[in-house]
Amino acid sequence: MPDTTSNAADLASIPALLARNAHKFGASIAYREKEFGIWQSWTWIEVAEEVRATALGLLNLGAERGDHVAIIGRNRPAHYMAMVAAQMVGAVPVPLYQDAVAEEMAYVLDHCGARFVICGDQEQVDKVIEVQDEIHHIEHVIYNDKRGMRKYDHSHLNALGDIEAEGRASHQRFDDELNARIAELDYDSTCVMLYTSGTTGKPKGVVLSNRNIIETARSSAEFDNLGAGDEVLAYLPMAWVGDFIFSIGQAYWTGFCVNCPESAETMMTDLREIGPTYYFAPPRVFEAQLTNVMIRMEDAGRFKKRMFDYFMAHARKVGPALLDGKPVSALDRFKYWLGDVCVYGPLKNTLGFSRVRVGYTAGEAIGPEIFDFYRSLGINLKQLYGQTEASVFITIQPDGEVRSDTVGVPAPGVELRIADNGEVLYRSPGTFVEYYKNPESTASTKDAEGWVATGDAGFIEETSGHLRIIDRAKDVGKMADGSLFAPKYVENKLKFYPNVLEAVVFGAGRDMCTAFINIDLTAVGSWAERNNIAYASYQELAQHPQVYRTIQEHIEEVNRSVANDEMLSGCQIHRFLILHKELDADDGEMTRTRKVKRVVVADKFADLVGALYDRSGEIYTETEVTYEDGRKGQITATLKICDVAVMDVARKMAAE
Amino acid sequence: MKDNVESYVTEDGRTIGGLLMEMKSITLRFGGVVAIKDISFDIREGEIRAIIGPNGAGKSSMLNVISGFYRPQEGEVWFRGKPRPSMKPYQVARQGIARTFQNIALFEGMTVLDNVMTGRLTHMKAGLASQALWRGAAEREETENREKVEKIIDFLEIQAIRKTPVGRLPYGLKKRVELARALAAEPMLLLLDEPMAGMNVEEKEDMSRFILDVNDEFGTTIALIEHDMGVVMDLSDRVVVMDYGRKIGDGTPDEVRGNQDVIDAYLGVSHD
Repeated sequence: MPDTTSNAADLASIPALLARNAHKFGASIAYREKEFGIWQSWTWIEVAEEVRATALGLLNLGAERGDHVAIIGRNRPAHYMAMVAAQMVGAVPVPLYQDAVAEEMAYVLDHCGARFVICGDQEQVDKVIEVQDEIHHIEHVIYNDKRGMRKYDHSHLNALGDIEAEGRASHQRFDDELNARIAELDYDSTCVMLYTSGTTGKPKGVVLSNRNIIETARSSAEFDNLGAGDEVLAYLPMAWVGDFIFSIGQAYWTGFCVNCPESAETMMTDLREIGPTYYFAPPRVFEAQLTNVMIRMEDAGRFKKRMFDYFMAHARKVGPALLDGKPVSALDRFKYWLGDVCVYGPLKNTLGFSRVRVGYTAGEAIGPEIFDFYRSLGINLKQLYGQTEASVFITIQPDGEVRSDTVGVPAPGVELRIADNGEVLYRSPGTFVEYYKNPESTASTKDAEGWVATGDAGFIEETSGHLRIIDRAKDVGKMADGSLFAPKYVENKLKFYPNVLEAVVFGAGRDMCTAFINIDLTAVGSWAERNNIAYASYQELAQHPQVYRTIQEHIEEVNRSVANDEMLSGCQIHRFLILHKELDADDGEMTRTRKVKRVVVADKFADLVGALYDRSGEIYTETEVTYEDGRKGQITATLKICDVAVMDVARKMAAE
Repeated sequence: MKDNVESYVTEDGRTIGGLLMEMKSITLRFGGVVAIKDISFDIREGEIRAIIGPNGAGKSSMLNVISGFYRPQEGEVWFRGKPRPSMKPYQVARQGIARTFQNIALFEGMTVLDNVMTGRLTHMKAGLASQALWRGAAEREETENREKVEKIIDFLEIQAIRKTPVGRLPYGLKKRVELARALAAEPMLLLLDEPMAGMNVEEKEDMSRFILDVNDEFGTTIALIEHDMGVVMDLSDRVVVMDYGRKIGDGTPDEVRGNQDVIDAYLGVSHD
């Protein structure tokens, strides 16, 4: 554990923490990155030296206090170090989503007025150059990976390595200036600016101070006993607040090691090689891994399959109880131990979870089956609830109080309140300073006393004190007959089926609920393979009658479960169709963090929504799609629409 | 045409050097079939040279002549200003020529890494005993070679399949692995036989980018056969057009595009 008693004023910025770490943890590893097939590592001393060199290089290029430095690239130590270097010179790092297309990037770069842009590779440089035609305040573009860059006009283009080298060479000229700028940083200076993905409207720049980040990092690290020996894998977008808290905030506070995968595709292999002790993933990653395990078990030999099924059934029964420290009989303990030797241990090892001490999932609701699967294996997977404006943490599940349907108790230092309309409000040391250049939005989100509206509707369970989230506050509506409509609630139930990747439920102001379904190509594709069903494309598979039948069964099951809930029984789905394309952020149908933009989808597929309500059996549609490089194309399809059995709520209630 | 200059710089800033290879009046016959009829052209150092033509025009045969696999009955192949004697395949490889094949020729049961390592064969000098005992030179060499191979794996972005057996890979990736193996030999001349055949648009774009990057980063001279005209015209510095074993055009993509014989060969010509 770091020495938390040391004077807070000395540790009021990330560069200050870096200096402490170089002094205190000197030779231990700060960053690892797999490159050329080998894990390359940086000690804290090396990091401090490299960050300083980059900072000197930035001064050399004329970086001023308050400049915005955009960083676009995948998770690499060099990019993290560049962010800290920017902080050193008094500038504000602004990490951007690397998969954003040029026009999305243009808005953010324009809004923050970046003078410097640090790009991971040629692909990002190309996008920035494209944007530069409209935005003239970008003075220097800096790239990390030199590949393919030789032919470019280098008058305002520099390699990150060259900047560092020049920084080292010019240290005598800039040392004093840099020291002065580092000394100026205090708790209230801006640590980072992050753009919220925004399910509605344009992204907003959330300004977070050193106080926000460091206080949050400190309390959350204490909450889970994180320390210098921990290992994390940094693979989630750098533009996302969670990655900033984990890979910069907590890493610099506790001095743990941040590992960067070789590439996005090798993430699973790298995860296994590193075996992180502290791990974070959105539900879809856990879901994908579970789907993968299940698909592979389908192909396993009969003996292995039976062993897996037998021990997994046992694990489901006693695993969570063991994890929570509840009493379990000696025989069950022995069987669990045997299962651990034969199944759980090897499985955890394959998944890369052998050493996970604390695992978190957040961002979306996680299916109880998925959640319980990992917990029954003995992985301490917990949920947290947070947002960019709170520097992540709002509520968090303490060890031993973990459930799939709540998001936990208020995190240390966080005050929670439920507004009259059901909206969740919070106030905490991590509460953001402001939205950059947007006082109206700041005022409408954060009131004078510092309470922030989350935009989510929820309630606090009286018995446990845990928070439960129902839906986005603005999505909760009424149906034509006045009954409550909570689309997310139903969608989440649907998405818990491996075959369903996404679901979008409609029904606000209507007389019945209907749904769009996106099938999961991995799960359904594997099923098709096993059943000798040939298909040429996603579209063809999606429209297969048997796929429709399976989805219909899933929806009927969901309807039965929804019907049990008195308040929400009106949300049963009457009709559905399977979409001919995956909802995609490139088409603007989802945010970059993969949350469905409900309004955009309803608008774009208005003809399909219409067909769901006009009793037609199928509909012909044309859809525009955007390729990764920004070009557009057209796909056409005839989609079937299917009716689903609905539970008769009135009669059921009478029978009870 | 820029036949007479010693070297020049292209629009995108690459330096094209002097003559690397010259085909002088090559004629190749298989029994009574004349595959190549009196063809002359050259390949300059650092350029991307395409050979195009309809099916059966003799493109692959031409590539085999360049690689030294086929010996033409008439004509000479000059390499760096001297006539090239007939050579065994390993001698060709040592001279710095590597190639990929139209129908992928990889070791299906071996991993990608092992396949690419075979490309380093000509760079391994350790003796049999040393290799078997895994001491001294052999161990050192393996490390050096592995480093080179990893650079190429990184370059072609195939890290994720490093340990995957080639037989399990989709077609587009196999093509990339084959390119990796060829690059592992650190060739000065790279021969690509239809590197983009059977690929979808995205894979073609990736492959084009890799070819350009190889040429740009390593300065490798590239001679390629390709059917996709769009790709050829975008990639190449100069293009040779063949039809029925004859050369019907030679020049920059623009020159070739305007050549009436080429248009006739590709679009067909009415015989009335």
